[in-house]
Amino acid sequence: MLSQESLSRIDRELEKYPAEQKKSATMSALRIAQEELGWLSDETIAFVADYLGLTAIEVFEVASFYNMYDLAPVGRHKITVCTNLPCALSGGVHAAEYVKQKLGIDFNETTPDGKFTLKEGECMGACGDAPVLLVNNHHMCSWMTPEKIDQMLADLDK
Amino acid sequence: MSAKELILADLDGDRTWRLQDYIKRGGYEALKKVVSGQMSADDIIGEVKKSALRGRGGAGFPTGLKWSFMPRSFPGDKYLACNSDEGEPGTFKDRDILRYNPHTVIEGMTIAAYAMGCSRGYNYIHGEIFETYLRFEEALAEAREAGLLGEKILGSDFSFDLFAHHGYGAYICGEETALLESIEGKKGQPRFKPPFPASFGLYGKPTTINNTETFASIPFIIRDGGETFLNYGKPNNGGTKIFSISGHVNRPGCYEIEMGTPFPELLEMAGGMRGGRKLKGVIPGGSSAPVVPAAIMMDCTMDYDSISKAGSMLGSGAVIVMDESTCMVKALERLSYFYFEESCGQCTPCREGTGWLYRVVHRIEHGKGRQDDLDLLNSVTANIMGRTICALGDAAAMPVQSFVKHFGDEFQYHIDNKKCLVPPEVQYEGSKIYVGPSC
Repeated sequence: MLSQESLSRIDRELEKYPAEQKKSATMSALRIAQEELGWLSDETIAFVADYLGLTAIEVFEVASFYNMYDLAPVGRHKITVCTNLPCALSGGVHAAEYVKQKLGIDFNETTPDGKFTLKEGECMGACGDAPVLLVNNHHMCSWMTPEKIDQMLADLDK
Repeated sequence: MSAKELILADLDGDRTWRLQDYIKRGGYEALKKVVSGQMSADDIIGEVKKSALRGRGGAGFPTGLKWSFMPRSFPGDKYLACNSDEGEPGTFKDRDILRYNPHTVIEGMTIAAYAMGCSRGYNYIHGEIFETYLRFEEALAEAREAGLLGEKILGSDFSFDLFAHHGYGAYICGEETALLESIEGKKGQPRFKPPFPASFGLYGKPTTINNTETFASIPFIIRDGGETFLNYGKPNNGGTKIFSISGHVNRPGCYEIEMGTPFPELLEMAGGMRGGRKLKGVIPGGSSAPVVPAAIMMDCTMDYDSISKAGSMLGSGAVIVMDESTCMVKALERLSYFYFEESCGQCTPCREGTGWLYRVVHRIEHGKGRQDDLDLLNSVTANIMGRTICALGDAAAMPVQSFVKHFGDEFQYHIDNKKCLVPPEVQYEGSKIYVGPSC
């Protein structure tokens, strides 16, 4: 189900923990699986569980607890905008409104062409860079003015 | 008025984070001093106690004292954990430490491991700063390569290895036992205490957890002495502290200053109030800390004792500045939504109470408040405070209590008039997209 490369990456994560504590690699294994497959289906979760020698429910508990895991399909690019108070004071809400208007979707929606999903995020720990948004969970974009949002969306759309 | 930098000194953003740059800044000298046998474990803990370093993550617990809780003669592994799960709204200092000066954390943790006899450590890094997590992994690889981590560090008998573990979107994992659960590959739900981590921590083994900035302060303390560090601050509030300033200032960002610096000086460093508007209130220690009205805040100095006297907490040093264009009900509504969203659901008073707080503040903000809503808010907070396993319940309640206490008139105005006291166009203007000159 997962590529050899993803499995090797999971193996490297396993090396960080004592041999009898394979469960510790659950979070990174799920992250690696999601990077490859886009989201975490029940089958993927069961596969990861099996690979780590755990039960599916143990892994599902983790996948459903942490909000950067997607348990349903998302667009090719997931954009998460922080609207928490410190960001909101410097335009976080305005930036989110701008993205909504540009993409024609609301939070938790995906564009009809399947390219973009928009999420509202909680504090990303980068309040000094507000407005802040994450692209596909891992790339943080800082000081997002309308011009930079336009540029970012154009780059992702290529 | 000037910054005093120990942790952030001589950094040049993304250009000087590597091992060779850190060594040029005097890096790893403290570790050499320690592993060469010039200092015993007791000497190290003594020096940290002398420095009056207090936990930089929010609780402000004396670091040296915490270290002395670890059992000396424990048969088996002892663990060390670094809490870089920085998700308290307003806090963004650990990200800067990790991306611009990661080796100072590695060195600080290695010294701590030496002092407490830990064989293995984990740095738990907030999932949202994944790029910083990758950089930290690179820094770890550099340190291992150079013999600064792993077996027989710098040719001594001391071995310690350190790994990075990432979160993936859960504020609660900043609570230290939730963090341990998360490293164990579980839901991040806090544990009952006692037992405390020093006796039953990661994998049930003695564990000490400190904040990133706390560890980052250690190399200086060991190299230059606890007393030198202490003298940068004031008694019981040793050293420098990094404040992350966000909100309505001209230059949001991280500023490292001596403990005890007057708040107006810090505000000036951050470029002063945006658009020359008037200061209304400050949350001085991250979103969980009680809000302080402008007049009281302008008389505070930035240290644990002064902020505590003003009825709030220095917390993580996250200073959220709000000017007169801010609707305090709306501000609280957003914070209350955050705690509602992030409650782990384990304890009923928090799981249900945070929902009540959000819904009541939401209806006040949206012109549907009832006359007894302020009493209701006070009643709900009273029923959360002190009745939960961890501090998230208190953290959700304290903003509500303080906003209602200090800005009660504004809440009452919403209830009476079904609208904001601050006109919507003023709010809109005050909080539109702002990118400061430092960006």
